Amino acid sequence: MSIFKFTRRAALATGAALTMTLAAVGGAVAQTPPGVLIVGQIAEPKALDPAAVTAVNDFRILMNVYDGLVRYKDGTLEVEPALATDWEISDDGKTYTFTLRDGVTFHDGSAFNAEAVKFNFDRMLNEDHPFHDTGPFPLAFFFSAIETVEAVDDLTVKFTLNAPYAPFLSNLAYPTGLIVSPAAVEQHGADFGRNPSGTGAFKFAEWRSNEAVVVEANPDYWDGAPDLQAVVFRPITDASTRTAEMLAGGIDLMVEVPPVALSEFQGNQYTVHEQAGPHLWFLILNTKEGPMADKRVRQAANFAINKEALVNEVLEGTADVAAGPTPPAFAWAYNDDLTPYAYDPEKAKSLIAEAGAEGAELTFYVTEGGSGMLDPIAMGTAIQADLNAVGFDVKIETYEWNTFLGEVNPGLEGKADMAEMAWMTNDPDTLPFLALRTDAWPDKGGFNSGYYSNPEVDELLEQARVATDQNERATLYKKMQTIVQDDAPWVFVANWKQNAVTSDRVGNFALQPSFFLLLDDVTKN
Amino acid sequence: MTGYILKRLLSAIPVLLGITVIVFLIMALIPGDPATAILGSYATPENVEKLNRDLGLDKTLVQQYFIWLGNMVQGDFGTSFALNRPVLDEVIERFNGTLILAGTAFVLCAVFGVIAGVLSAANQYGWGDKAITFVVLLGISIPSFFLGMMMILLFAVNLRWFPVSGMWPIYGTRDIWALLAHLTLPAICLAVVATGVVARLSRSAMLEVLRQDFIRTARAKGVHERGVIWRHALRAAMVSIIPVLGIQAGFVLSGAVYIEIVFQWPGVGRMLVDAILKRDILLVQGGVVFVAACYVLFNIAVDVAQSLLDPRIKT
Repeated sequence: MSIFKFTRRAALATGAALTMTLAAVGGAVAQTPPGVLIVGQIAEPKALDPAAVTAVNDFRILMNVYDGLVRYKDGTLEVEPALATDWEISDDGKTYTFTLRDGVTFHDGSAFNAEAVKFNFDRMLNEDHPFHDTGPFPLAFFFSAIETVEAVDDLTVKFTLNAPYAPFLSNLAYPTGLIVSPAAVEQHGADFGRNPSGTGAFKFAEWRSNEAVVVEANPDYWDGAPDLQAVVFRPITDASTRTAEMLAGGIDLMVEVPPVALSEFQGNQYTVHEQAGPHLWFLILNTKEGPMADKRVRQAANFAINKEALVNEVLEGTADVAAGPTPPAFAWAYNDDLTPYAYDPEKAKSLIAEAGAEGAELTFYVTEGGSGMLDPIAMGTAIQADLNAVGFDVKIETYEWNTFLGEVNPGLEGKADMAEMAWMTNDPDTLPFLALRTDAWPDKGGFNSGYYSNPEVDELLEQARVATDQNERATLYKKMQTIVQDDAPWVFVANWKQNAVTSDRVGNFALQPSFFLLLDDVTKN
Repeated sequence: MTGYILKRLLSAIPVLLGITVIVFLIMALIPGDPATAILGSYATPENVEKLNRDLGLDKTLVQQYFIWLGNMVQGDFGTSFALNRPVLDEVIERFNGTLILAGTAFVLCAVFGVIAGVLSAANQYGWGDKAITFVVLLGISIPSFFLGMMMILLFAVNLRWFPVSGMWPIYGTRDIWALLAHLTLPAICLAVVATGVVARLSRSAMLEVLRQDFIRTARAKGVHERGVIWRHALRAAMVSIIPVLGIQAGFVLSGAVYIEIVFQWPGVGRMLVDAILKRDILLVQGGVVFVAACYVLFNIAVDVAQSLLDPRIKT
C-alpha cells in the first residue's frame, strides 16, 4: 500500500532529524568548570538571612557566607574563636565579654565591630528595634537568655544574661548566631534575605530562583582566602534525580544520599563521606498510663527491638545504634560507659511476664516523613514486628509530618503508648532539657510528650545548665545518661550518620559532626 | 458581541470568589499550621503562638480571608513564608515553566498521536496497525514517573545526550538550544500517555469515517490512497478528534506535576506540592487562584472564539 511508502520515507526523515537534534544538543552537556564547586542541595533555600531560617539545607549555604563570634572546632562540637578572638565569663555565669577580631570587614565594605554585633542581637530580640520587622526570627529563643548587649568599645562587646545559661556559647556557634552586615540590612530591609552580606569565606553573587544560589570566593577572608573560585548550590528535591545528576557529572558534591543509592558510588571516581552527628532517633513511651507506665515494660521494649537490624538493613548502615539520650557526637559530654540495650527477646518476654503485661495492646504513632526521621514507615513496621514477636499487640497509626507533630507535641495521654521522634541539636543540654524534665511536660510548654519524671534527672539538668565549667557539665550529663538509660522513658534507637558523595575532582572535603557544610578549604580541579 | 464577552466576564466573578473561599477554607482546615512546619522540632506552644502572631495568623479566619482578598484585588498576593518572596512573582515564573513544558508536550501528543492513529486505521489489523497498537498500549500503561526515571538513566546518565534535570544550564548561554536540550526528555515523557490516548481515539474516529460513502466515492473517482486518507478522511475525522485534544491539553497540564518532580522542572505543579507540604498558605492560595483564573479566562476565550466561528452558538 502506498501508505507504507510514505511511512518508510517519514521514518527516515524523522530519524535523520532526531539524529541531528541529538548531535546539536549533545554538546550542551558539558563538564562542570574547574574551581567551581557545584553542590546538589535538597531544597530551594528560604532566605540567606541566618536569623530568619531554620532548615539545615539553608545553613549549608549560610555557614560559608557568614561567621559567628565563635564556631565549632574542625571535626568536633567544641567551641573555638571566630569573629571573637577571646572571651571572659563572669563568676556568676551571667556576663560574657567578647574581644572582637580587628580589621574584619563585611562583603559590602562596612566594618565589623561591637556596634554591628549589638545590632544583630537587638534586631532579633528587641521588638522595638527599627529592623525587627525584617523577621520573623523563629529561632530567636536560642538567645532568649540575653538581657542586654552592650558595645563597650569598638572591639569589645558585653552580653548580660538574665540567668546563668551554659549552652550560650554553643548557641552562638549555631547558624542563628551568625553575624550579618547592619549596613546591608539597613539598605535592603526585608529583602536582606535575598541580598545577604557577611564576613565569610564566600560572598554572595547571585540567586536564580529554583535554579541556583551562587557564591564567590572572598579574597580578603580573615581566615585565608578559599581555594575555590565559586560555589553553586543547586536545589534538587527528588533524591533519585539528585543521584542521577551526581552520576551524570552535573554536580560535584551531593548531600543526603539515599541509603539505597550508596551502592551506585562504589567506584574510584567517587568518595562517600560519612559523619555521625548530634542526632537521636527514638521512641517516646507514654510513662503516665497504660502498660508503658511500668519501667519493666519500657525496658522490655528496649530489649525487644533489634536495633542492629534497623540500622544495617532498613537504614543500610547510614546510622549507628544509640545507647542513651545523648548522641556520641557530643564527645565531651557523652558517657562512654553506656552500652546499648542488647537485642534479647527472651529477656524482654520475662520482663513482660514479670510486669503482667502479656498481650498488651499498644498504639504506635508513626510519621510519613519529616526532618531527621530517616525512613519512619519502614522503621515503624520493623519495630512493630519485633514488639509483636515478644507478645505485644502493636497497632500503627500513620500521620503526615505536620499533623503528626500536632498530635505528638501536646502529649500522648489518652491517645497513644508510643511515638516516633528524632532530634538534631547543637548542645547536649537542648534535647534532655526540653524533653525529659518534669517541667517540660507539654502543659508547661515543653516536649516531654511521654510525661517522664525523675526529680534526680531534673536536678542534674538544672545544675548542668547553670554550670559554666565544661568538665563539671560533662560529669552531670554523664550521670543523667546512666539514670535515663535505666529508666527507659524512650526506646533509644539510632544516631544518624550524615553522608555525602564527592567526585574525584573534589579534594580536602570533610563532613562535620555539626552537620554543617564547610567549603573554605575544599579544592576542585 | 461586546455584551456577550462582558456577560461572560461578569459571570466569572462568582466562580472565582467561590474558588477563593474553597481554597482558603481547605488551607485553614487541614491539620498542621505554618508555624509548626517552620519550627519543626522546636514548635513549643509558646514559639508557635509568637510566630503565628508575626505571620499575621492570629486573627480570626474571617478577618484573614478579607485581608487576603482585599490585598489580592489590589494585585498583592502576599509573600510566601517558605520562599520569602512575593507570591505573584513566584507563581508567574513557575506557570511560565509549566506552560513551556505542557505546551511542547501537547504539540508532540497532538502531532504524533494523530499520525499514529491515522496510520493505524489506514492499515487496520495489518502489521503496522498491530505494531502501533502495541507501542501505544505500552505508552499508556507505563507510569510517567517511572518512564522519566528510566529515560534519565538511559539518555542522561549512561549516554549523556541530555542533561538530567532543570530548565537551564547552570553554566553557559541560555539560548533556545540550551532550553531544548533540557526540555526534550521531560516533554517526551509527559507526552507519551497523552499520545497514546490521542492515537487510540484518532484510530477509531478514522475507522468510522473510512466506512462512509464519500470515502468509497473518492476512491471510485480514482483519488490517490494517500489523498483519501490524509485529505478526505482525516479532515472529517478531525471533528471528533479536536475535542479529545482539548481534554488532553488539560491532562498534560495536570500530569506535568510528576514530570516536574522527576526532572526538577521549575513548574507550578511542583511548587504547589512543596507549598502544601510546608503549609505555605499564601503560596498555595495564590497559586491555585491564579491557575484557576487562567483556566476560567481560557474557557471564556474558547467560547468566544467558537461563537465567532460558528453562528449556531447563540451569544
